[in-house]
Amino acid sequence: MASKFSKETYLYWYELMLLIRQFELAAEEKYKMEGKIRGFFHAYVGQEAIAAGVMTATRQEDPFVTAYRDHGLALAKGMSPESCMAELYGKATGCAKGKGGSMHFFGKKEYFFGGHGIVGAQIGTGAGLAFAEKYKGTDNVSLTFFGDGAARQGILHEVFNMAMTWKLPAIFICENNNYAMGTSVTRTSNVHDIFKLADAYEMPADSVDGMSAEAVHDAISRAVKRAREGGGPTLLEIKTYRYKGHSISDPQKYRTKEEVEEYKQRDPIQLVLNTIQKNKYATKDEIAAIDKRVNDKVAAAVKFAEESPFPTEDEVLKDIVMTPDYPFIVD
Amino acid sequence: MARSIAFREALREAMSEEMRRDDRVFLMGEEVAEYNGAYKVSQGMLAEFGPKRVIDTPIAELGFAGIAVGAAQNGLRPIVEFMTWNFAVLALDQILNTASKMLAMSGGQIGCPIVFRGPNGSAGQLGAQHSTAFESYYANIPGIKVISPSNPYDAKGLMKAAIRDEDPVMFMESEVMYGDKGEVPEEEYIIEIGKADVKKQGSDVTIVSYNKMMKVALGAAAELEKEGVSAEVVDLRTIRPLDWHTILESVKKTNRLVIVEEQWPMCSVSSEIAYRIQKEAFDYLDAPIRRLTAADAPLHYAPNLVEAALPSVDKTVRLVKEVMYMKK
Repeated sequence: MASKFSKETYLYWYELMLLIRQFELAAEEKYKMEGKIRGFFHAYVGQEAIAAGVMTATRQEDPFVTAYRDHGLALAKGMSPESCMAELYGKATGCAKGKGGSMHFFGKKEYFFGGHGIVGAQIGTGAGLAFAEKYKGTDNVSLTFFGDGAARQGILHEVFNMAMTWKLPAIFICENNNYAMGTSVTRTSNVHDIFKLADAYEMPADSVDGMSAEAVHDAISRAVKRAREGGGPTLLEIKTYRYKGHSISDPQKYRTKEEVEEYKQRDPIQLVLNTIQKNKYATKDEIAAIDKRVNDKVAAAVKFAEESPFPTEDEVLKDIVMTPDYPFIVD
Repeated sequence: MARSIAFREALREAMSEEMRRDDRVFLMGEEVAEYNGAYKVSQGMLAEFGPKRVIDTPIAELGFAGIAVGAAQNGLRPIVEFMTWNFAVLALDQILNTASKMLAMSGGQIGCPIVFRGPNGSAGQLGAQHSTAFESYYANIPGIKVISPSNPYDAKGLMKAAIRDEDPVMFMESEVMYGDKGEVPEEEYIIEIGKADVKKQGSDVTIVSYNKMMKVALGAAAELEKEGVSAEVVDLRTIRPLDWHTILESVKKTNRLVIVEEQWPMCSVSSEIAYRIQKEAFDYLDAPIRRLTAADAPLHYAPNLVEAALPSVDKTVRLVKEVMYMKK
């Protein structure tokens, strides 16, 4: 059966998803084996179909904001693997000059507003980005990503209420990977279907298969169309799964190996590749060429990060305020 | 031409002038629009600017602060009114963890030009939960600015500066000062953030204060004058960045320093001033630096307990006499 998506779309999805995965695996290795990356580190492995689906359903000027599991969406928005890897290394050439780290990737020119470390706080930012687009009279929409854990924060409810009242062009995307760190989504509320939280505000909502780039694209497209036309926000609960722990230091005793394996059987990248192969969108050699291109990009990013300098120490008191000659307290 | 207008009118003029000047500026908060402001600061602004730019919010400080912080990152310049800074504590996460850190975390890419404003500190018998002075809390935070003016003239000039500033600015007012009248020129003016102002010249002792405690400081200075003590009174106006150079110059002249403020004593604004002046002016001091703060307790309701807990003219006069080694 011919797909409703083009060959180019599938090839784009495949290459983007593979880039995200290979980037994460390379970074994890540099963290665990060589200690060149430190701090909290949350991998996007397993959730790549979300990044793929949202990218083909939106445009560059649509601002994105997410939480600390931010590498995948930053790469999807077009931030260079070099600047992202360098940020993980804490280097001056990083996307936040080595001041952000894993949790705080930013790319203003790519319309990527971070990279936030307080669970749920970026939901306010995301609605604010949408508020500004509406105020300025554009038809851009904001995409706000958060996890299932954040769905239990008060700010979500305050912001949903205002976003609906003011019909903000905001898409709220709950990447439900089943676990708020180590706590199952079924243990944090009586309401296990997070998309139902939107009902309290009469906000349109849907549950989406997050292992399918097609399903993500379709759901986001519907929500984006409504938002661009002035119809206001949407909540999408995208059911996904992270193969890795909450963070790099997570022993994952709250779930079984069998459960992880079960999800890996529906690996989102493999699903896209299957469609490519079935429809003969690419030959074996062409796929191998993509794989090589991705691996080369990641290797180049690692090399770039390794060879880049750390920030100079005078950066401690830079980028704190915009005022020139600000009188910092120095003893 | 100067005319006499109330503190709330000075703030309203500042906001309205800036909104006429710059389409990106808007006002949001509880009761700011249709109710014309809980303390009538925004009276008439809805009529002039319409509901797109003067926006009533639900009672959800964390949520609307968050939306404003996001809007500021995306090209707008919000003014957020808190009905009191006591309620703003619910929004502290957005101010501290997002607004103040955006520029740093993003390596200088994304700033957050936003003004948070509202009444602060005690205002009579409002009880414990409506009486906290928050200057020292916010002054602790790198990346933001804290303004706490004492009269309509300063309030207007500093509010205009705050709205034009590229960083998050906390603007502390007072319920009991909104009706205070003062001379304000018709012509436009801006007061630079981070500059203290010597409100009264003197030679014997320096009294530093800000916001409504400036009335106490000036009242004490007037009393002391009668007894032949010449007090210099410095109005900080901005708490962060702190203009300690102005205090230092004054102390070099008077050799004595008393600080009057409404903060709780631990880690207060006076703590920082005392540290700075002992370091920079150790050899100039003829007496220990002393201070009057709020009592180290939540503010109680009973009128005599309110009076007992807060600085007053009498207490200030007594303390100045102590540092002057005068008989009380």
